Amino acid sequence: MHELAIAESVIEAVLERTGSAPVHAVRLEVGVLAGVTVDSLRFCFELATADTSLADATLEISQPAGLAHCNHCGADFEVSELILLCRCGSADVQVLQGQQLRILSVEVG
Amino acid sequence: MCATCGCDDSAGVRVIDPAHPQAHPHEHPHEHDHPQGHPHEHPQGHPHEHPHGEPTPAAAAPRGTITLEQRVLAKNDQLATANRRWLTDRGLASVNLMSSPGSGKTTLLVRTVGDLRAELGLSVVECDQETLLDADRLAATGCRVIQVNTGSGCHLDADMLRRALIALDPPAPGLVLIENVGNLVCPALFDLGEQARVVIASVTEGADKPLKYPNMFHAASLVILNKIDLLPYVDFDVDAFVRAVSMVSRQAPVLQVSATTGAGLAAWYDWLRGRLPAPS
Repeated sequence: MHELAIAESVIEAVLERTGSAPVHAVRLEVGVLAGVTVDSLRFCFELATADTSLADATLEISQPAGLAHCNHCGADFEVSELILLCRCGSADVQVLQGQQLRILSVEVG
Repeated sequence: MCATCGCDDSAGVRVIDPAHPQAHPHEHPHEHDHPQGHPHEHPQGHPHEHPHGEPTPAAAAPRGTITLEQRVLAKNDQLATANRRWLTDRGLASVNLMSSPGSGKTTLLVRTVGDLRAELGLSVVECDQETLLDADRLAATGCRVIQVNTGSGCHLDADMLRRALIALDPPAPGLVLIENVGNLVCPALFDLGEQARVVIASVTEGADKPLKYPNMFHAASLVILNKIDLLPYVDFDVDAFVRAVSMVSRQAPVLQVSATTGAGLAAWYDWLRGRLPAPS
């Protein structure tokens, strides 16, 4: 359900920059470890943009992969979920990338 | 619709003092009265990007590509930073308690407040979708408490906590304990300005819960396993639970407690003592 709050936050941040100008596209970066379901976000974005200057905007979402570092063996490896276990068996693993939740740019006019 | 929690404003977030339940101290969700009505003592580098509602004049009729390069939750995070500073400036710290419904959060809080209220200067922000039931349980201990009802909202955010802190007017120095909405998904993303996050699970849930809700456990400073008095009667593998926590969180120790019998609470109380800000 928090995807609706995320969508509302995106719209609010965009409107602060674009005013009443029609927005054609919104580009987001949602890392695979961000805790946001992209399909739900798309659904909520469509609902929440109705009757706004973003009503016709397409939502372009890039999803950077998750990357983690093992503090035990030093390996960097890709992770698709926040279950952080290195192949060496260590759980002393830190996330390097994949938790981003950012607005990159918008197309207006 | 509320920009923060997705609920309808008219039936939305309410901040209620159980001592004055009709008062509704702050009805306006985006009024500009930061805690204690301070005259704009925002954090550094905070160029007024928080809720004012109107587009900036500089945004008039733009065309083409506008680069934003900003975090989606930047506004919430700025308000959280302001909350954190507000608390710190007053010799306060806050702890955000999160769990699924039914883990025993409120029972643990009632017991904790009963035992430590005077020693640690405890006050409480209670958060549920509806009712004053939990706030009334805590108020009965003599503790200062504010209830936030989120209506259809599924989590607390920094603006709700800001409003709650105004109404709470917490005694200082001390700790503000925040009981979030019972939900292991949504609250994980929203910084409130807390100093620490505690996730509570109980032995009547599955031992694999940390793996099912990794974002929540990943963000935890501490994990409490409650209801251990029921271990003889339920099929719960404590070792598997601790292992699961270690797979999603590098830092969070696991404390095993029973809020009902008091078993293990001494370690929880010591942990809380460690959160109290050092006297300045």
